[in-house]
Amino acid sequence: MNTADYLQLLSVLAPEVIVVCTALLILAVDLIGLQDTPRSYRMSIAAGLTTLGCAGAVGWMFMNPMVGNWHGGMLVIDPLNETVKAVILLLTVLTAMLSVDCKFTRHVGEYFALLLLATVGMMFLASTEDLLMIFASLELVSLSLYILVAFDKSSRQSAEAAMKYFLFGGMSAAFLLFGFSLLYGLSGSTNLTKIAQKLITLGADPLLSVALVMVVIGFGFKVAAVPFHLWSPDAYQGAPLPSAAFIASGSKVASFFVFAKVLLLGFSQLGWGNDETATGGWMPLISIIAALSMFLGNLAAIRQTSVRRLLAYSAIAHAGYMLIGFLALGGEAFGSLIFYVTTYALTTVGAFGVLGVVESQAGGDQLKDFAGLSRRAPVLAGCLMVFLLSLAGIPPLAGFFGKFYLFAAALTNDAQSLPFLWLVIFGIAMSCVSLYYYLQVLKQVFVVEADANARPLAVPFLVHAVVVLLAAAVILLGCAPGWLLDTIHAAIVELGW
Amino acid sequence: MLAWTIYLSFAGALACLLTPRANPRATRAVALGTALAGLLCGLMGAVQFKPENGLEIITNVRWIPALGIDFSLAADGISVTLVLLTGIAALAGVLFSWNIEHRTNEFFAFFFALIGGVYGVFLSLDLFLLFVFYEIAIVPKYFLIAIWGSTRRDYAAMKLALYSFIGSGMVLIGMLAAYAVSGLASFDLQTLAQHSFAPEFQRWAFPLVFVGFAILAGMWPFHTWAPTGHSAAPTAASMLLAGVVMKLGAYGCLRVAMTLFPEGLKMWQHELAALAVTGIVYGALVALVQKDFKFVIGYSSVSHMGFVLLGLVTLNEIGWSGAVLQMFSHGVIAGLLFGVVGRMVYDRAHTRELDVLEGMSLARKLPFAAVTFVIAGFASMGMPGFSGFIAELQVLIGAWQAFPKLAIVAGVGIVIGVVYTLKTAAQVFFSDKPAPAESDAHDHPLEPISVPERLGAALLIVCTLIIGLHPRLLLDIIAPSFKSPLFDGLRKVAGL
Repeated sequence: MNTADYLQLLSVLAPEVIVVCTALLILAVDLIGLQDTPRSYRMSIAAGLTTLGCAGAVGWMFMNPMVGNWHGGMLVIDPLNETVKAVILLLTVLTAMLSVDCKFTRHVGEYFALLLLATVGMMFLASTEDLLMIFASLELVSLSLYILVAFDKSSRQSAEAAMKYFLFGGMSAAFLLFGFSLLYGLSGSTNLTKIAQKLITLGADPLLSVALVMVVIGFGFKVAAVPFHLWSPDAYQGAPLPSAAFIASGSKVASFFVFAKVLLLGFSQLGWGNDETATGGWMPLISIIAALSMFLGNLAAIRQTSVRRLLAYSAIAHAGYMLIGFLALGGEAFGSLIFYVTTYALTTVGAFGVLGVVESQAGGDQLKDFAGLSRRAPVLAGCLMVFLLSLAGIPPLAGFFGKFYLFAAALTNDAQSLPFLWLVIFGIAMSCVSLYYYLQVLKQVFVVEADANARPLAVPFLVHAVVVLLAAAVILLGCAPGWLLDTIHAAIVELGW
Repeated sequence: MLAWTIYLSFAGALACLLTPRANPRATRAVALGTALAGLLCGLMGAVQFKPENGLEIITNVRWIPALGIDFSLAADGISVTLVLLTGIAALAGVLFSWNIEHRTNEFFAFFFALIGGVYGVFLSLDLFLLFVFYEIAIVPKYFLIAIWGSTRRDYAAMKLALYSFIGSGMVLIGMLAAYAVSGLASFDLQTLAQHSFAPEFQRWAFPLVFVGFAILAGMWPFHTWAPTGHSAAPTAASMLLAGVVMKLGAYGCLRVAMTLFPEGLKMWQHELAALAVTGIVYGALVALVQKDFKFVIGYSSVSHMGFVLLGLVTLNEIGWSGAVLQMFSHGVIAGLLFGVVGRMVYDRAHTRELDVLEGMSLARKLPFAAVTFVIAGFASMGMPGFSGFIAELQVLIGAWQAFPKLAIVAGVGIVIGVVYTLKTAAQVFFSDKPAPAESDAHDHPLEPISVPERLGAALLIVCTLIIGLHPRLLLDIIAPSFKSPLFDGLRKVAGL
């Protein structure tokens, strides 16, 4: 299809269009009709519209399941990326709900519009196999997120965090673009599958290794893998709570999915490199980055007293685990990765929900502010236990099965020589370390008694609902992972990966 | 019937959590009901159980087909024995923690979550399921010690949690590697046991999994969590730790490491036996010089668990059944000892220093505790008539066939066991040393032993006596278990 048929394109892009329209609608409604109403009212309306828009987009996707490839891979729609998009939309809704009771801004319309624009960027990111589109949508996501981080104008930390995030992000985008341009130069195409076909026939070419390294650096920044992680603790700490939650969840899901696509589709034949032409492969590179991320993330998390920074370092460690999934190659890699990143994102949003309540009412995100939470807010404390133990990988919670599947997938790749056994051993050893610092938080919550004058926390209804739902989801996905796994597997089988 | 022990325990944990915080009586009632129901289910299951069938499948449902994981529960004589032990230990644990007033509902919620996990491990036939239950048992231990514990509870709780987690991490590596290498896409223990893994794979996979489990069984030199954990834990938790949690480790060694990698056992048999015997003698010697009453019992547990491990690696049936019987016997006896030390003595005297207790003439003030401790001590040192005798005798016979020299050393360990038990009993209860002048405060009468404590102690004493006098009650169901196909590979390697 060469001539652009805009009407058809619109119908194919309906979910994205719905979300964009919602963003514009929220802007307009807030600007025109709600300037004089109280903030909580405006927040509720905006969050309600966001929820409606996202639900509409998800609904559309499930009512009109589509499979297709438009403009040579610029826009690809298949069951797998529809699943990923649904997950991203769900995370957006959850973030919007957590935002309702936050008090960091008067610019309600702009805030929710940016949230939705970032979501649209992520949706495009999930549904393309073309370098140009990947870069453009990545920029849409990043620019929206930079502003979301800076949104608390009264806080210097927020501004500093955004500045750091922006500078690192800009740099990494440059790396990524450079890598992409080399890839285009080498293969003459921006389509991932075509690039893959071309790369095999290429002779020894050091430029290919340069391109690979550039791409890994660019995405390594997006997923906060060591050594490209430096922005993330500050961004997590300085950003307004819902923005941090969104960076930790939605952005992670989309970035990992597209990172996996680029490596597993674009560099599909170059896992181990090419011995004849002495070209380096990406699998050794990724396994080293994974090991470094798990090592540094887990060890640095031990020293944190701020729970936000602790979650940031644990996110770095989890990025390391997820990179292990890449090594499984093919369908198993996508299956284990998507399951892991989805459950991880749900867990993290839940943890941030609890964190938000503690921050606003106990005065901070330090470990000591969690003291006696089990008395002050028993339900929240129970949910926090579920989230943190899931992150540590304790069964029967979703995080355990995610890790288990990831490790099993990485090992079943070439089961005779077990090339990644060392990495799996390292990952398991590091999750023993992680149990230590998660237990430090839980110790504050359950073991340490609160001050004598500490009162029960007043938990906003919406936060309560979100957190309890997420805890239930984490338990259910751990006990019956089949619900999500079967959907992912069916989609992968249909793709034939 | 047996599977209900698992479901009932988890339901009981939830029910305990939901009872009002201000009403500990209600919580206790629920807890007692749950423990009784669990024990009854175990007993009925044991009565209905037909040992000659070998392994009886209880449930088998597809769980996660994508990875070949089933929810399959099964029982053989070993499982039945240990399920009974768990039921007994749980009931005694509830009776001995009748005086918990602080956050009672949470205490029993963690308690039964732990119990449910333990029942689950003993009944799982799927490796993944077994591992899930095994890990479920870790977290409650941490909170039981960290919230309700005594001396250095933070340290002990964290140490215990990390040791357990590292051990289970080693097991996880082994089981993932076995899954990948076998290429069977199944976690079913029977299927995996029938696959013969390459010897060079077994050479490293076996010690990894065996030691991973054995850490929790208190194998020397990875035992150091045990004395600190036991002594910091509240009474019921140390009863469970020594009584059943250490058995989880030993059970895992037998059920997973040995059945999956029998040739690996053959390769490492002598090294492991040496470690086990070192544990027996070392634990006994260290117990001899302890100043803290609970540490004496903690190290004696390490020593007695050494017999279990020694029995397992003998590679003959008398050693194996002796090891399983020793698991049961030690579970009951250690529970009793910790009950006396933690609940009857420490909760009243508020000290566990042997030197201080010496001056308190406890035999006069707490005659019931003294008698119970003497009985438990006799059982523990292996007097005929108690379960410990027949179990350790079998292990020694098995060990004599396999490694005679080590068996002699282990025998020396028993003798040291007699010494420290008698020494401790004499020092704590029957010393006529007058109280030091400055500690007159100790001379006030102590709160009398309560009815639940008497019941709990009686339950445990009766159990060790019954098995001691009529060991065939258990041996007749344990021995046929080793005939089931699960142990085919192991029997072949052992030449049986």
